[in-house]
Amino acid sequence: MAEAAVLAYRQWRLERRMFWRNPTAAFFSFTLPLLFLFLFGAIFSGDQKTLNVIVPGILGMSVMSTTFNALAMNITFLREEGVLKRIHGTPMPGSSYLAGVAANAVSNAAVQVVIVVLAGRLFFGIGWPKDWLELAVFCIAGVATLAALGVAFSHVIPNFDAAPAYTNIVFLPVIFISGVFYDVDTAPQFLRDIAQILPLTHIIDGLSAALVTGASLADTVGDLAVILAWGVFGVFFAVRGFSWDSRRE
Amino acid sequence: MSASAPAILVRDLHKSYGEHEAVRGLDFEVAPGEVFGLLGPNGAGKTTTVEILEGYRNRGSGIVSVLGHDPQQRARALRERVGIVLQSTGMYRHITPREALRHFAAIYPRPRDVEEVIAITGLQEKADALAKTLSGGQQRRLDLALALIGDPKLIFLDEPTTGFDPAARRNAWEVVRSLQELGKTILLTTHYLDEAQALCDRVAIVKDGLILAEGPPGELGAASTRYRVVWRDEDGALQTREVEDPTALLHQLTSGALARGEALRDLSVTRPSLEDVYLELTASEPEESLRG
Repeated sequence: MAEAAVLAYRQWRLERRMFWRNPTAAFFSFTLPLLFLFLFGAIFSGDQKTLNVIVPGILGMSVMSTTFNALAMNITFLREEGVLKRIHGTPMPGSSYLAGVAANAVSNAAVQVVIVVLAGRLFFGIGWPKDWLELAVFCIAGVATLAALGVAFSHVIPNFDAAPAYTNIVFLPVIFISGVFYDVDTAPQFLRDIAQILPLTHIIDGLSAALVTGASLADTVGDLAVILAWGVFGVFFAVRGFSWDSRRE
Repeated sequence: MSASAPAILVRDLHKSYGEHEAVRGLDFEVAPGEVFGLLGPNGAGKTTTVEILEGYRNRGSGIVSVLGHDPQQRARALRERVGIVLQSTGMYRHITPREALRHFAAIYPRPRDVEEVIAITGLQEKADALAKTLSGGQQRRLDLALALIGDPKLIFLDEPTTGFDPAARRNAWEVVRSLQELGKTILLTTHYLDEAQALCDRVAIVKDGLILAEGPPGELGAASTRYRVVWRDEDGALQTREVEDPTALLHQLTSGALARGEALRDLSVTRPSLEDVYLELTASEPEESLRG
């Protein structure tokens, strides 16, 4: 067990090094949410009510893009390139390897959380988070759920060329419907109904409570329940459909 | 496992994908320290067989033993003693060979020295270059290096030189020979006859999931009962005939030439080569044979 943890740690370290060695990918993954933040900040500067919606929304979007999108594409790439197959032929436990790969995505999510929280405090009049524990709970639940869903979704993607299209056809509607850019309560009823099903809506609700409104964990426990339900669903399909080889039998 | 036990034992191996029977009852054994080749055209069932031995696929039926283990159980003890070179190279694009070897060395209980493996595979000059900048041949050498880093007893090489230029193939052959000198057992698949002939102690010719012939490459042809006689006739045309017993034909040719007072030019009597046997066995129809 200890050895499996050491191997997972070594894999995470390698994944980090590989991530930074591809500077354009690293640059865009960190600047995209910043770019959104500053664009919306410029458009709505002085409109604190809108900024209060946008900052937690962008944070939720960042968590999704660094975990769901990144893992869906990364696992597809590793599978198609044969890296997964090669690993599968070595004595490395598969769980150690995947833990290392997932931890890499989680690291990026953590960096994004710090960036967005700092930007909220420094530039967008959000102040420091009202409830740090609640922020941590929703970040961890969101990251874990979206990471599992990302791995599960990679099983659907036929090849790496198709990966960006597959990922965006999920990501873009989800961030719009889940209220990254506007208050969900102002949307038409049918969109509100869809939003209530999606995990990102509830992640953003929780983040909003922690960062802006100060609603306690007791108030947001329903959101947490929906996120965890998606998490269970994600883990089940992430494990069940997992293939180390791009050729299916 | 006793010293004399085979490194690989396969008995009546079957594997189907839906309706298609990829492997239809293979039997073979590979002795420790032997280089054994599965030779056959594309789609013969070579890769399916090797992937079952490597533990990537479950067999349909039959008995398979690799270093005393059932590969399907995916025992860690087995994977620590086996090195695999797959047909496709799978590596991170932004890793250097030295980093990759260090990383993989940590997975094994008794790895070889990283610098030593770099030297064996001739990667010294590219040891600190990013994998994406390596040529095809260099990437294959990195594959081989990664398969060697755990100091395996048994190495699988699935079409190790497909797509190589002739010089790169010769280099790869040298590496395989050096592995053989280190006492490794090697199972290689190939569709190149010269490769099988150059490297393998024994070869099995596989087609449509069956072994059609098996033996040392030099003896596979010689085992044939036929002789091929080639000569130039009185009109200067080259003639070829295959016979079970060349005695009568040779007598007829030599006496004819003597009677005409001519020399019997370009006469040769040969046993069929591995290539002849291979082409004959693997041709779908006799008339499709490339033999002219």
